[in-house]
Amino acid sequence: MQVQAGRIGEITEITAWDQALRFFSFKDPALRYALAGAILLGLNCGLLGSFLVVRKLSLVGDTISHAVLPGVAAGFLWNMEKDPLAIFVGATMAGLLGSFMVSRLTATTKLKEDTALGMVLAGFFGLGICLVTMIQRLPTGNKSGIDKFLFGQAASLGGSDIYLMASVAFLTFGLVWIFYKELLTVSFDAGFAHCVKIPVSWFHHGFMLLLAFSVVIALQAVGVVLVSAMLITPAATAYLMTDRLHRMVFFACLAGMLAGAMGAFFSFLGHQLPTGPFMVLSAAALFVFAFFLAPRHGIILRWWARRSRSGRVRRENTLKAVFHALEQDGFRREGVTFMTLSKLRRQTLEETETASQELRQAGFATLPPGEKAVYLTPEGMRRAQTIVRNHRLWELYLTDAANYPPDHVHDDAEEIEHVLGEDLVRQLERQLNFADHDPHGKPIPTPEQMVSLHGQDKSASTGSLGYAKPS
Amino acid sequence: MRALIPTWDWHTIFVAPWTTDFAIYGWIFLMGFLVCAACGLAGNYLILRRMALVGDAISHSVLPGLAIAFLAANAWRTGMAAEVNGMVDTGGQEPGMIHGFAMFTGAMVAGVVTTLMIEIIHKHTRIKQDAAIGITFSTLFALGVVLISVYADKVDLDADCVLHGEIAFVSIQPFFSLSGVEIAPASVVLMGLVAILTLGLIVVFYKELLVSSFDPGLASSMGIHAGFVHYALMCWLSVIVVSAFEAVGAILVIAMLILPGATASMLSTRFPVVLSLSLLHAAVSSILGLHLAIWLNSSTAGSMVVAGAGLFGLVWLFSPSQGLLRRWVWLRKNKRSALQAESLHPPYGC
Repeated sequence: MQVQAGRIGEITEITAWDQALRFFSFKDPALRYALAGAILLGLNCGLLGSFLVVRKLSLVGDTISHAVLPGVAAGFLWNMEKDPLAIFVGATMAGLLGSFMVSRLTATTKLKEDTALGMVLAGFFGLGICLVTMIQRLPTGNKSGIDKFLFGQAASLGGSDIYLMASVAFLTFGLVWIFYKELLTVSFDAGFAHCVKIPVSWFHHGFMLLLAFSVVIALQAVGVVLVSAMLITPAATAYLMTDRLHRMVFFACLAGMLAGAMGAFFSFLGHQLPTGPFMVLSAAALFVFAFFLAPRHGIILRWWARRSRSGRVRRENTLKAVFHALEQDGFRREGVTFMTLSKLRRQTLEETETASQELRQAGFATLPPGEKAVYLTPEGMRRAQTIVRNHRLWELYLTDAANYPPDHVHDDAEEIEHVLGEDLVRQLERQLNFADHDPHGKPIPTPEQMVSLHGQDKSASTGSLGYAKPS
Repeated sequence: MRALIPTWDWHTIFVAPWTTDFAIYGWIFLMGFLVCAACGLAGNYLILRRMALVGDAISHSVLPGLAIAFLAANAWRTGMAAEVNGMVDTGGQEPGMIHGFAMFTGAMVAGVVTTLMIEIIHKHTRIKQDAAIGITFSTLFALGVVLISVYADKVDLDADCVLHGEIAFVSIQPFFSLSGVEIAPASVVLMGLVAILTLGLIVVFYKELLVSSFDPGLASSMGIHAGFVHYALMCWLSVIVVSAFEAVGAILVIAMLILPGATASMLSTRFPVVLSLSLLHAAVSSILGLHLAIWLNSSTAGSMVVAGAGLFGLVWLFSPSQGLLRRWVWLRKNKRSALQAESLHPPYGC
């Protein structure tokens, strides 16, 4: 049993710590090449992978990476030796042919894209395996090292390989830089791109050519199977980190290079560890990190935002119920008993009490001991009025401006009242001519009343908003 | 170049496998057919559900499941041996029942974990399903390769074999014997069981599978739990994949999964007909592949895939309903509207 994957560290008798020191001294030439190769590879794959991920073409990379195998074999057969140029040309052509086949299959048959991708992947790979086994059974074929292409061997990278990788990375970088605007348009809105006379198919096939180049140079380092990981995972990590494509490309390159360096480091650390899989696992670790901790799209922060939002909505609903109870009494009382509130909200007394406690914690209400009633603080009253105001303004807007029937507007307003911002409220007011009653005939609390309440001057607040002690 | 293609000899290529060497090639053909048939039948549902690449994912990600299962089984066996004999078994001589059991459990767990991981990434973030599939299977595959290379002495898996398998090994396997009667090589018996079970499950749950594949909403309203069907299918798919593993390897199994169904779906739109046609494709491609492999002295599984792909190519050209030839004739007849239709069809992914 042999995994013919790349191994950089061959010295086994020293400890991991010494090995790590040896890594950072960069004295080993094989290590320097492997590290440079891994980083260039990560850069290149991250760059192209970003466009694949946003175009929902992630698995095209996988297909192309498998489809190059017969090309590798054919390149070897060209003059029966491991000639990098012949292999490069053969592999690129096979990859392009694979991409072209997928496009023909989806265009001319009813087969779906995933089936077409899978068929091309497996069909080309099968052909490649046939050719490889035939070559290996030749008398000269055993020394071909062609099986190295399956898992890659970063340790075998030489100076010329690095130059090839660097030039492909340079080419990719330059082309993406020049055609960034076109690529952006084609990626997000191909129809629009077609309308503004961008040659969409040319860009598609040109991009596939670049992709085939990158896959082929990546083969030696990570192998056929794991190239797709280096294309997808760093780009997906970047996709979670930001919403802008240019930042995403930057992050993807960064993640790819980091994964390459980490992979080289870890495989160097241990004895007989392959580089390619470690690069992939490092990329996956970065992805997991982003999955949980990314600023806007990470699980934890999204969970936190949702939690605090649902807490706010719950509090605002309680405030609204308190306000309704006060309003029913014509604001003669200052407090609302738990009993009234629980009837209004159709809750049990315990639930009402918990909800009221939440209000107290947020500083919106006081719960005098022994009274079993909620008293709103001025801040709480103001918030309650804002919510009710949002609700009624929105109802009025729906009936007056959007021609909704009055009995259909309540549920919509229940949702929107929590998210209306101040600007929008002002706009609504202006559009509704500062109306003072909602479609159900209830008064809309106005900002002036809020200010007067905020002053805590109970005697000064007259009319319907006057306070009285609960009996 | 000339040395690559051996001389054409009618007798060795076509006659000998079915006469003098039947004891070897008969089993190889049977194994190939069983793998293609089981995979092809299950693959039809993958194609219908647009999950062809989930098959790809599962075939890669059973690898760590297998590696962990092997390690666990070895640890358990050495533990047992130490208890019984007071000495430690060196392990690795005979796989036995424990290994078989561990293998299937590991594969099924890996299949379910893959499906779950894809769904978690897909549902909880804005990452699309294809990227989620790519991340999941490549990571798990890398994990498998690392496990195999770290525990190379304990895991009885060959990495080359993992990739492309070798079907010819069935002929040198010990026979499985039932009460003293030798029936067939062990893995042929296993694959036969899996294939028959696959067929049986499809016959018994035909309606459930069909309805939940075409219309999950209707399935739910009929009281079929579409989610359960989905996971059960993935589980069974991992079983098929793992039993086909040593014969055809992780990647060629994708071809066995997709090619028969895709070919059949070009020829008919009736699902029972499609299922039978995919069985026919399995049989023809395994026979042709066998002869191809004997002629070219190449990997048998690879040749079967090439033969299957060749069959697909023929159907693509000559299919009566959507073949290229018919399309070409139609294009010549209706040049104008055809040109418009062509320009409206952007390259895939756009």
